[in-house]
Amino acid sequence: MTMLEIKDLHASVEDKKILKGLNLTVNAGEVHAIMGPNGSGKSTLSQVLAGREAFEVTGGSVTYMGHDLLELPIEERARAGLFMAFQYPIEIPGVSNAYFLRAAVNAVRRHRGLDELDAMDFLKRAKEEMKAVGMKEEFLYRSVNEGFSGGEKKRNEILQMSLLEPTLAVLDETDSGLDIDALRVVADGVNRLRSPDRALIVITHYQRLLDYIVPDHVHVLSDGRIVRSGGRELALELEERGYGWVKQLEAEQAPQTGAAV
Amino acid sequence: MSSVDAWMTYYQARAATLPGAGTPWLDALRKQAIDRFCAVGWPTSRQDGWRHTSLALLQQQEFNDAVADANTQSVQEQLADLRRGEAGHWLVFINGGFVESLSDIGALPQGAVVMPVSQALDAHSDQVQALTGTEEDGPAPATLNTALAGDGGFVSVARGVDLSEPVHLVFFTVGNGNAVFPRNLISVEQGARATVVEHYLCADAGTDADAAAILTNAVTRTQVARDASLTHMKLQVENEQAYHLAFIDAKQDEASVFNSHSMSFGARLARNDISTQFGGKHCETLFNGLFYVNARRHADHNTLIDHAHPDGVSREYYRGILADAGRGVFGGRIRVAPGADGTDAVQRCDSLLLSRMARSDARPELEIYADDVQCAHGATVGQIDEDALFYLRTRGLDDTHAHNLLTYAFAAEVIERISLPGLRDRVTGLIRERLPGGAVLGDI
Repeated sequence: MTMLEIKDLHASVEDKKILKGLNLTVNAGEVHAIMGPNGSGKSTLSQVLAGREAFEVTGGSVTYMGHDLLELPIEERARAGLFMAFQYPIEIPGVSNAYFLRAAVNAVRRHRGLDELDAMDFLKRAKEEMKAVGMKEEFLYRSVNEGFSGGEKKRNEILQMSLLEPTLAVLDETDSGLDIDALRVVADGVNRLRSPDRALIVITHYQRLLDYIVPDHVHVLSDGRIVRSGGRELALELEERGYGWVKQLEAEQAPQTGAAV
Repeated sequence: MSSVDAWMTYYQARAATLPGAGTPWLDALRKQAIDRFCAVGWPTSRQDGWRHTSLALLQQQEFNDAVADANTQSVQEQLADLRRGEAGHWLVFINGGFVESLSDIGALPQGAVVMPVSQALDAHSDQVQALTGTEEDGPAPATLNTALAGDGGFVSVARGVDLSEPVHLVFFTVGNGNAVFPRNLISVEQGARATVVEHYLCADAGTDADAAAILTNAVTRTQVARDASLTHMKLQVENEQAYHLAFIDAKQDEASVFNSHSMSFGARLARNDISTQFGGKHCETLFNGLFYVNARRHADHNTLIDHAHPDGVSREYYRGILADAGRGVFGGRIRVAPGADGTDAVQRCDSLLLSRMARSDARPELEIYADDVQCAHGATVGQIDEDALFYLRTRGLDDTHAHNLLTYAFAAEVIERISLPGLRDRVTGLIRERLPGGAVLGDI
């Protein structure tokens, strides 16, 4: 089943064109990795999918579970099962993690026609998931991400993902700034979520994360377009040949401007 | 007839019936105070500290005596709500008068006195006189209060005594068109501890444009002796016809602690002057404040921390939330006297604007006459953080929930410094009920 279909997507930020005709199809059960050098449009893609208003879609379409994703308000995308793990999770002083997580879980549950979790049931569930991602309980009572280390913030993202049980999760450079232990925790969290009903898009600069989250498909993004797609081996090839190679790929594709890859 | 003359007439009509009338020192003080007030007049916007708060409209209002029987159902309901889950000793005043039947003073430790000032005038006259001060203390409205002072709370805690439960002084203004002049006197002797909470509320008042104005002009005078500790909180929740002028003044002896919390939800005009003066080394003070002003309300805090002696520590944190056409003003003065070395002072005022019509003015003032001091200050005015809003929405919270959550979060830092859980919940509840669609926040 096609879960996400991106067709000829163009997007700009502050009138600067970033995405220039991106095509991508993701089916249920698949894990896609999107790799690319800095400035290639990786983060723009994730922000556009999540609905960030500063990113203006100037062309193309994104269909998620048969709906026009770009028409949906940010929160409705989340409620419809789209989750984005942030590259830089936001600190929110004054809001406890417990309140935040429960509000998020219940917003999604309401949308799915399920009863809201009361404080007790929620805590029970949150504590189980926290154990799995190696977070101490005290993080429930601290303000959202405030004073968390880089690794703790990323664990908190994975915790949110586990609790929200998304249909499609987009991980935006979740591996950046993580040591090997934190990387394993993140990868375990992601792998536990893998199922035939779900899909994952892992956006990363480095091949390293893909040792732990083995993708079904790898795409190389450059200058706002996917310039090559392949299997697991493409990530390794990219690692070996470096991003300089991507420039060559981009040059090879230049005559096909605007065409589907 | 000028507004000042009206107050002379008001005074002349009531002087003989004010609490303590017939007590020579008090009669003389009241007379001196009204003369001084009439000579000085109301503060004008040209005066230091009054630039952003105009009393011109107040001066056009006329005030009368309150209705006689004001112990209404609404008062009783609000009081019950206030007392739910909150322990302590309760003194209730309606339209300036002490209401014994609604008050509830529990068992007090030996050496602690909690009673209305009207009773303390007889029972503890020397102390009342000493605490009352002179007609020259405070800004002009405080002088008017001295002339017309009605009843209020008298709290005296003897050396070494810990008055563990808080004293709540609850002031209701019922109806429209009346003026009240609460006067509270607090003394915490050497090594003693106490917590006093002042609540200002309205009931059964018309709030349409034609409804007559209400004036509350309150003064709280406080002495905190050596090694003593006083936590003072003020929670002001009045209607849009109310003018509220308050002067809270502390005198601290060596190594004492004075914590001031002021939570104001504004009024047509609310002005709080809060000051403390260090009378010895190693004094500590916390000024923690929150104002939330919506509609066309106005809230002004004007504070002074006088580091008159060395090694004092002061922390001042004010936060303001300005919605609709609300207006917030903060003036914070920290004075470090010559020779007050080792002073450590931090002052912050942060405002959150929720509307284009809202306005915030902050004026930090540091006057430093000593060399070896650490003083930091800062003021910010901002809006809801778009990144945080986006983050919350990507987790399924709708726009209203996310906005309200971030607005509450802005206030939370101030609320968390309040030590009484019942009061923390109350302030949270007051914010929740003022936020459009705030019920969505639920238990937070």
